[in-house]
Amino acid sequence: MQIGIPRESDPRETRVAATPKSVVQLIKLGYEVLVEAGAGSHAAFPNEEYEAAGATIVNSDMIWGADLVAKINEPTDSEIASMKKGACLISLIGAPRNPQLLEKLAGADLIVLAMDSVPRISRAQSLDVISSMANIGGYRAVIEAANVFGSFFTGQVTAAGKVPPAKVFVSGAGVAGLAAVGTANSLGAIVRATDIRAEVAEQVESMGAEFVAVEAESQQSTDGYAKEATADYADAAARMYAEQCKDVDIIITTALIPGRPAPRLITAEMVATMRPGSVIVDMAAGTGGNVEGSVADEIVTTANGVKIIGYTDLPGRLPTQASQLFSQNIVNLMKLLTPEKDGQLTLDLDDVVQRGMLVAKDGAVMWPPPAVNVSAAPVAPAPPAPEPEPQKKPRDKRVTYGVLALCALALLALFTVSPTGLIGHFMVLMLSVVIGFYVIGNVAHSLHTPLMSVTNAISGIILVGCLLGLILVDQTASLFAGTNLIILILSVLGILLASINVFGGFTVTQRMLKMFQKG
Amino acid sequence: MPTIVFEGARSALPISLVQGSYIIAGLLFILALAGLSKHETSKRGNILGMIGMAVALGFIILGTVLGVSDTMQLEVLGQQTLVTGFIKQPAFSWALVVIVCAMLIGAVIGVIRALRVEMTGMPELIALFHSFVGIAAVFVGWVSYFAFAASGHFDPLHSGELFVGIFIGGVTFTGSIIAFLKLSARINSAPLKLPGRNILNLGALAVFIVLTVVFVMAPEGSTGLVLISVATVLSLLLGLHLVASIGGGDMPVVISMLNSYSGWAAAAVGFTLDNDLLIITGALVGSSGAYLSYIMCKAMNRNFISVIAGGFGSDGGVVGEEKDYGEHREIKAPEAADLLKNASSVIITPGYGMAVAQAQSAVADLTQKLRSKGVTVRFGIHPVAGRLPGHMNVLLAEAKVPYDIVLEMDEINEDFPDTDVVLVIGANDTVNPAALDDPASPIAGMPVLEVWKANQVIVFKRSMATGYAGVQNPLFFKENSAMLFGDAKERVGDIVKEL
Repeated sequence: MQIGIPRESDPRETRVAATPKSVVQLIKLGYEVLVEAGAGSHAAFPNEEYEAAGATIVNSDMIWGADLVAKINEPTDSEIASMKKGACLISLIGAPRNPQLLEKLAGADLIVLAMDSVPRISRAQSLDVISSMANIGGYRAVIEAANVFGSFFTGQVTAAGKVPPAKVFVSGAGVAGLAAVGTANSLGAIVRATDIRAEVAEQVESMGAEFVAVEAESQQSTDGYAKEATADYADAAARMYAEQCKDVDIIITTALIPGRPAPRLITAEMVATMRPGSVIVDMAAGTGGNVEGSVADEIVTTANGVKIIGYTDLPGRLPTQASQLFSQNIVNLMKLLTPEKDGQLTLDLDDVVQRGMLVAKDGAVMWPPPAVNVSAAPVAPAPPAPEPEPQKKPRDKRVTYGVLALCALALLALFTVSPTGLIGHFMVLMLSVVIGFYVIGNVAHSLHTPLMSVTNAISGIILVGCLLGLILVDQTASLFAGTNLIILILSVLGILLASINVFGGFTVTQRMLKMFQKG
Repeated sequence: MPTIVFEGARSALPISLVQGSYIIAGLLFILALAGLSKHETSKRGNILGMIGMAVALGFIILGTVLGVSDTMQLEVLGQQTLVTGFIKQPAFSWALVVIVCAMLIGAVIGVIRALRVEMTGMPELIALFHSFVGIAAVFVGWVSYFAFAASGHFDPLHSGELFVGIFIGGVTFTGSIIAFLKLSARINSAPLKLPGRNILNLGALAVFIVLTVVFVMAPEGSTGLVLISVATVLSLLLGLHLVASIGGGDMPVVISMLNSYSGWAAAAVGFTLDNDLLIITGALVGSSGAYLSYIMCKAMNRNFISVIAGGFGSDGGVVGEEKDYGEHREIKAPEAADLLKNASSVIITPGYGMAVAQAQSAVADLTQKLRSKGVTVRFGIHPVAGRLPGHMNVLLAEAKVPYDIVLEMDEINEDFPDTDVVLVIGANDTVNPAALDDPASPIAGMPVLEVWKANQVIVFKRSMATGYAGVQNPLFFKENSAMLFGDAKERVGDIVKEL
């Protein structure tokens, strides 16, 4: 079967649906790959590299005559018209907001798989272009902000004085938000982030940002995407945003609700309270904008000198990287569709991933698919059992202290009746135990075997005890008779065995430690 | 001030020198263990340990041969006088020869064993070393008993301490011997299941306490000899039973536990002999072993008491109920090689099976091949993989796998979702998803390597048999995992050839 990779018809599109690397993988799956001349020119993939990877460079007509066409953007009418009946198309479709397009695709009798309709389940993550593009977009949003921001991101102490770090606020901790958090953090800024889903706080913190919670009842997502908020929540959120606007230098908004206009998070009044020179990147500018006053694909400067960036092509501004990830997502999809690796497309409608992506087939619109229910957070807790088992209460602190005090008293009582010599030894024992625990607690897992052999060696110090016998023998009697002989034999045997430990233990440890090499 | 020096005491070693050497040796031992916290300082740590040992033994042997003296200010004939005399008489004239000969023989045996041992045989060697400390503690106990008996004077405190030393030493000795035999497969490693195990163990402990009390009250004559003999035999039997009841897979805990016991035995001997260096060293070793046992138990989500009191699954044979997990998929070496070639990141999770198959150098070859092709290869080590804490790390180090790509479970678990291919080599229970998903599983709650989150898992296995815990592993039936049957060493070799 032939796969056609066209040059994107949208003049602003810089990405391409296959890279030389993905071509190799597609050929391995048994396909023949056709690439339109110049398809990868914006993404720095020249024709020769595609040819070297095994693709055939052809003209536009041959591409659209292929059995399967993989591209980035939604097809134009003429593109749909030039495809064969029953052929397969893989691209972004925007199914929820493009019902007419779906009709046209079905009308042309195409099999259409929408790369932006991948169900959000773990198995499908490898083909989710929304995630991979959002990741790039989040990164680029920070870079764009840094580009127009007039100061450092990182704080510095210079000879000319101290520079405070920039404060970055990221709204929405999805893939894009988290990528933005990570990027801003690695540039040295102080990063805060918020999300309507309180369950993501941990992920935000793991990326190095502080999570700013909205002081209202939070919601749980059941399909992996954020939803629209309640009115109560909106009030609390507005207060939080107003506060952040007064404080931060950079705001990056990533809030998108699939198939709906983007939620308005930041009003013109809030923008007016920001310091001149501050930057806002509205990643949702294409679908109405999270920020009042943002214009798609433009940088707007407000009256008080705040720049609002509304680029909608952030992933496309990293064309090479974006093409690489997009094409890898397509390869992963093709692996799923070609279980036999024989270059034949096998569509399995029982598979939720394939069914979820399928938007048109055999002249019928197949969208929306039956619902899939997944979430990172546990599903709502089961109703409590009729007779709940008595729960283990965390132990009262007073009880713990009481037990400790009792132990101390018991030890004191014991010591008052024991001879002084014992107490001195006990002191040594206790301190050594404590030191031992602290020292061993720091030992790396990988060195546990050498640790054991070293402790083997040093416990050979018991040799000291065996030497005692050599003093204790009765020197007035024969060494080789009676008790003397027993003592001598036991002592000598003990010295011998303990020496095995001492010498063997240190030698084997040294041997092991020499093996550990850094790569 | 006038001085009096007893005959011979002038050439004896002052006690302050001997005790000073204890302090230095003790500090050096602490530094030795601290040095092991990092790879960079580990060799220095070991050398500090050797120096400490040399200092301590040097002074102590000198003190044994020359005697130890002390100087005190006493009133003699109404005048303050400095009196120097022996507090320990010198040993008999050719004691030095005896000591040096015994130590030389021991050193030769020890060094030869240490240089010859295969890294797969480390657990056995360490178990054997533990037993030596144990039996030496028993010997010292008996020697002290004979010395007390000869002097006719039994100090109640020391009599009690002597018993404790013999008891811990005895348990350590037979316990370690059984562990050694099990690890070297000289005896079956299945747990011995005597009825009323716990009663037997607790009973032995109770009898020992009674014996100690009786001995402290009446240590003289033949009763004393009978009591100490019975206590010794009892401790040997208890050690035997204790370790015989624990199965092969719990060996990491057992070895650490015996390590701990050998330390406490040395500390107990230190109490009997009033020797602080023995107490310090014993306590360091004892707490080290206890800490390792604790880590191992946590890694298996097991209660320490239940491990040392008897084997896993021995409470009525817990076996996961039969469930239909579906079909497993098989994969051949060429396809596996293909997957690896196209991967950009690979994680290898080895288990005891890798040691059994001696596959570590084949695995190291594979690692090198893949790294030279630009594939990121890392290792994920579960804390209880192998039969000894840190065993896998040593095996991989021997095969020249750089230690900075060998990571712990906690360091690597988050990276599995971004990994293309995971190779599971000879591991089973440590990669079992049932530990997390199935609350009814016998290993539920045990932290495991989450390999199934990777794109593709290849499991090297001899057959579809269950792991040590007797639990079926749903990992084998996941749609992103494939089985590569056969001897791990040969199969890995096949893949290397394909590459």
